[in-house]
Amino acid sequence: MSGGYEAAVDRLLNPTAADAGVAATPAPTFAAVLRPKRDTGREERQKYRKIRREQRIQLVTWWVDRMVRVEHPFSEKLTLLWHNHWATSVLKSGPSSQMLGQLATLRSLGTGDFRDLARAMVRDPAMLVWLDGPQNRKGKPNENLARELMELFTLGVGHYTESDVREAARALTGWRVDRDAGTSELVERRHDAGSKTVLGKTADFDDRSLVDHLVDQPQSARFVASRLWYRLAASQDPPADVLRRLLGAYGPGRDLGALIRAILLDPAFRSGSTRHALVKQPVEYVVGTLRALRLSSGPHALTALRSLGQVPLQPPSVGGWPAGQAWLTTSSAQARLRFAQWAARTADLSALDKQPPAARIDAVARLLSVEAWTPRTRTALAAASVDPDRLLTLALVSPEYVVN
Amino acid sequence: MDTLTRRRFLAASGVVGGTALAAGLTQRSWVDLVTAGLRDPRPEKARILVLVTLYGGNDALSTVVPYADPAYRSARPELAYDEQDVLPLGESLGLNPEMKGVHSLWKDERLAIIRGIGYPKPDHSHFRSMDIWQTASPERPETTGWLGRWLDTQPHDPLRAVSLGPVLPPLLAGAKGAGSAVAVGRLAVPGGQRLRPGLTALSRPQAGEPPMQAAVAATHADLFTVAGSLSDPVNAATGKDDEDDDEGAGTPTGGEGALARQLDIVARCITADAPTRVYAVSLGGFDLHAAGKASQSPLLGQLDQAMAGFLATMAKHPAGRSVVVAAYSEFGRRVAGNASNGTDHGTAGVMLVAGQPVRGGFYGEQPSLRDLDKGDLKATTDFRSAYGELLEKVLDTEPARVLAGPAAGKTLGFL
Repeated sequence: MSGGYEAAVDRLLNPTAADAGVAATPAPTFAAVLRPKRDTGREERQKYRKIRREQRIQLVTWWVDRMVRVEHPFSEKLTLLWHNHWATSVLKSGPSSQMLGQLATLRSLGTGDFRDLARAMVRDPAMLVWLDGPQNRKGKPNENLARELMELFTLGVGHYTESDVREAARALTGWRVDRDAGTSELVERRHDAGSKTVLGKTADFDDRSLVDHLVDQPQSARFVASRLWYRLAASQDPPADVLRRLLGAYGPGRDLGALIRAILLDPAFRSGSTRHALVKQPVEYVVGTLRALRLSSGPHALTALRSLGQVPLQPPSVGGWPAGQAWLTTSSAQARLRFAQWAARTADLSALDKQPPAARIDAVARLLSVEAWTPRTRTALAAASVDPDRLLTLALVSPEYVVN
Repeated sequence: MDTLTRRRFLAASGVVGGTALAAGLTQRSWVDLVTAGLRDPRPEKARILVLVTLYGGNDALSTVVPYADPAYRSARPELAYDEQDVLPLGESLGLNPEMKGVHSLWKDERLAIIRGIGYPKPDHSHFRSMDIWQTASPERPETTGWLGRWLDTQPHDPLRAVSLGPVLPPLLAGAKGAGSAVAVGRLAVPGGQRLRPGLTALSRPQAGEPPMQAAVAATHADLFTVAGSLSDPVNAATGKDDEDDDEGAGTPTGGEGALARQLDIVARCITADAPTRVYAVSLGGFDLHAAGKASQSPLLGQLDQAMAGFLATMAKHPAGRSVVVAAYSEFGRRVAGNASNGTDHGTAGVMLVAGQPVRGGFYGEQPSLRDLDKGDLKATTDFRSAYGELLEKVLDTEPARVLAGPAAGKTLGFL
């Protein structure tokens, strides 16, 4: 590797070569499944639900497989990050094809102008179905999407009033989703075209002008920069000087790529202040382990993700997954241990086998990109070094590997 | 992390996703936890709290129905229940027709219904409001849960408070330690004897270790303790593998499914004389912005069968006389229905408390349907007064050690 840290970051953000791992994992295509009519018998409805369930499993299996096989993993990391931000669950977002469409949107717009991403997401068919957008009509609005748009997606809790929520919901009225075609469209007669007052501005807001108004708020820039810092760098809001630098990069053009680059290059990111404070979220733990050990994904990976509490595309809520201590439970310790045993049993350990036992402890650190073992862990691993399988299992559940 | 390592780390695996700093977790405290390792069995007659969190905002007006109030019918004609459908409670109120089991607890005077429960300046965000209920801190964000702070007053024992499900709810996060999370599935230390020496060595505290790493080490020690004591009852309750979740009408806002299975595990732990004083279980799916009545009924039916079934099992066992079940949600729903036959986020809710030690009846005033706050009910009862009573009468702890504010000192008298 040449060119130093900055060049490495640029290569992460803008890989030059085509990714053979992407080519090897083409997105699945899903046969349209027509929803059974009201008078359909029990058997037909069960058949429909079975197909829908199989499609969901196919979709998540594909995505995990892609994360494992890509040569430039950063793109999928960002897609996962945005999926966590605009957290949508395939359990209530319509057919799997719609969720696949949302992922494609997150992937293609995730490093551009945040406004383009936000504009696309309020019309995204999976998002609309997920947050009851099609039920939001002129006269009696449904506030679900409007509230989360402000609270979780663009501004943060406490930066709007209940009246803003009600008015914003009116701006979002009238969107219909064609689940078979996977498209959304505005139905004029269901849209409330009257004037609305949102965050002190009165206008005939529709979905687009509402989004534009929200992302133009100075608070929105602070919110987006802080959320990305929280997800990518540290476990808390950025300090004032860091935030100032991040906002400079984000700029009036709401440049997400520049913001992400600024986070990775920030002195605070590169210094020791965030050292070993990040618990790997389960997807990262499982995918990272499979990549490090050159294992392929499969049912074991999904089982591990389910028992660790993070099945991609099935966030527990629109707020996304929890973080930090929430992942460090007795239940997750058990699930990690079970997965680690499977991984160590399945992986090709010949490289470790070839080393003398004493050298295996450092070799396994290199294999797993662990910076250094504490004396405690070194002692524990030394006792197991005669048995590479056991050594690797213990390394995979070690505090140094579970925490970054 | 130094620059070189950061670069290798970036290049090797991309950038890791984020994390919230653990709730006030400090290095010393985790070392304390592991080394203290004190365990005392549940004292005879010590009571047990089973806390049921209903995620998504349960509609209080469809749970305890003010059927006789004309304002009820006119506010939500599509969602309203008739007098002949509901289960009579008196005071012109009736339980949801799906709640027959809970209704028989009422008739036995073992159900307290706390009406109009909430907190000042209600927040309409699921996440903020659930945080408020779980941290018992409406005034300012707080990193510890109310039962986590209770755990902080006790010697550490990973068995003292147990949550069912893979992820720990903020409820059980304390400043010094936290409760255990037990998955609804087989409980064992994988690898058994083969890995035991290695895992024991890995679970030792390391001086100077960053707190999160120390926390990982502690989970291994806790896993041995929890599996050692609870694996028999948990595994007896776990017949089948976890199934893929099914689709529901509510936008998920957290919480587990299959409440009956969770409570089955709790029942087996209690009858096996586990030392656990607090069990946290949950049911999600109450965020019914659309198709409310048809979707809420099965959920309330599930709550009813799980809760009444659990208490029926408990009634047959001596330890069951000590059990108190309390069910709450982060808020109720808007009084008026929306255009999608659902309801949007509201304010005051209802808390159900049941069990042998409970004095049945209504507590708290029924909120008015005419004196509303922008379409929302005005809370009449601060939830911290219910928590205070649970702390004092179930967990034998002075409420002021855990809760702030004057409401914590007021008791409602349901225990």
